[in-house]
Amino acid sequence: MSTAATSPDEVTRTPPVSQDTPRLVKKHPLAIRWQHWINFPVLMIMMWSGLLILWAYPVYPSEKLPLKVPNRISLYQWGIAPVYPERQNAENYPAPPDKRYDIATGFRLAEGMNWHFTFAWFFTLNGIAYILFLLFSGEWRYLMPRRESFVEAFKVVLHDLKLYRKPLPIAKFNHAQRIAYSSVVVLGFGMVVTGLAIYKPAQLTWLVTLLGGYQTARLEHFWITMLLLAFFFVHIAQVARAGWNNFRAMITGYEVDRSGHLTEAIRKGGA
Amino acid sequence: MNEHQEMAQDAGEASPEAVREAEARIRRLSRRSFLWAGLATGAGVGGLVAFNKYAPESNGAKIPLRKVLGFNETVAQRLFYRPTHRAREFPRSAAEEPRNNYKGTTPVVDLAAWRLRLSGLGDGAEDRKLTLADLRDLPRAEQTTELKCIEGWSTVVNWSGVRFVDFAKKYAPPSGTEYVSMLSEPADYPDERYYVGLHLADCLHPQTLLATHMNGTPLRVEHGAPLRLVIPHKYGIKNIKLITSIAYARERPTDYWYEQGYDWYAGL
Repeated sequence: MSTAATSPDEVTRTPPVSQDTPRLVKKHPLAIRWQHWINFPVLMIMMWSGLLILWAYPVYPSEKLPLKVPNRISLYQWGIAPVYPERQNAENYPAPPDKRYDIATGFRLAEGMNWHFTFAWFFTLNGIAYILFLLFSGEWRYLMPRRESFVEAFKVVLHDLKLYRKPLPIAKFNHAQRIAYSSVVVLGFGMVVTGLAIYKPAQLTWLVTLLGGYQTARLEHFWITMLLLAFFFVHIAQVARAGWNNFRAMITGYEVDRSGHLTEAIRKGGA
Repeated sequence: MNEHQEMAQDAGEASPEAVREAEARIRRLSRRSFLWAGLATGAGVGGLVAFNKYAPESNGAKIPLRKVLGFNETVAQRLFYRPTHRAREFPRSAAEEPRNNYKGTTPVVDLAAWRLRLSGLGDGAEDRKLTLADLRDLPRAEQTTELKCIEGWSTVVNWSGVRFVDFAKKYAPPSGTEYVSMLSEPADYPDERYYVGLHLADCLHPQTLLATHMNGTPLRVEHGAPLRLVIPHKYGIKNIKLITSIAYARERPTDYWYEQGYDWYAGL
């Protein structure tokens, strides 16, 4: 791997004019690959432990508003996640006698909180490391939406729906990706901010007020999670569609570039 | 002309041999990366499984998670908590009727017989037995704050009573007191025995009340008559009802929900 002949850096430096060598183009830096993959299990643990917390009182933001959180997550007739007991619903509260231990054992609230407030550190620190890396490496240029991104992203969507047939320009990230990948950074930031407001509402009173109150902040925290989940499913579908070469690049860092366009696009930077 | 051909014409497509060579090269390149990926996945999944199975527990929570909670407590005290910072107060009109959150049987106490035992007053000092009349000498305070249950619901309630800081002026904790332990031990209701541990500093916060009234009327039994704690910068689990005993302590006292796996600090 370290010999000159096979050095990937060597290949990357080869200008795209030599047409008969398919290039291995360095696509994702090592730091970003680690940050990306660390984020996946951390976010899964955050969502799981968040569910344990949610199920302790699954009505948001209060009985006065019509919005509720469903009491089961299921696909067809198979429950994917356990259904919380009906008697925990606000309507038939308080619970029957001698259920004092329920929130500690049956409903696993303590367990959820303990995991949540541990892994929140990993999520936050990983996010900060990611943003710092983007800033200092200049990688942000590939990710930031540009003025034309909103129109171009629309074309990407039409193209993916087979409604727009012209080939799209090859780039490290197309404009839909720019918008999506920047949005999740904003969502991650929103998770941390709403999470902090819920975590220390008596101290961060200004933040709670800014977010519209304690229960509203809880609701926002929940719905940002739903948006992240929505991103996750679209992301998985798009990665599956894009194929192995693209997926492998998120593990190895390199993509095979047959046409030379990707090499060219990356060389030009995010501009 | 399809997309593929158009691109190929632009830049010139590589020969099949060159493609194969590149594929071979990336396979070599991939080996190390996938090995790392596999190791990291294995370590992550294995670590979690092992953690779940073998990590020792203390009071219903994994000890490593407890350590993080302890660290979080230090961060909360250093970074967030200010003794002068007040939790949000609401207009009196925003006050609601909170639910009765006794999980078992609501204890009915003989209010005339009720006494508050005060202990830990220092070397040689005898325990005190206080009545509600003893508390009436102290300045009254009123506040409308949000009571936040650890389950997630919250409710705005108007409270009035005696500030703990005023109580502690009259019944001073001895030097070296770091903690306060409060106990609810209603006679004939052994299942309702309940106890909380608090930092003395949190008790001395100006919004920490020993409440006797709720929403303008004396506390009813389901809300902790005759005396309960209101501490808005802690979860509801620390807002102990029907206090029968207060003790000043040097060591961290235990706590009902702490023993069930919850964070001891439970600060907001």
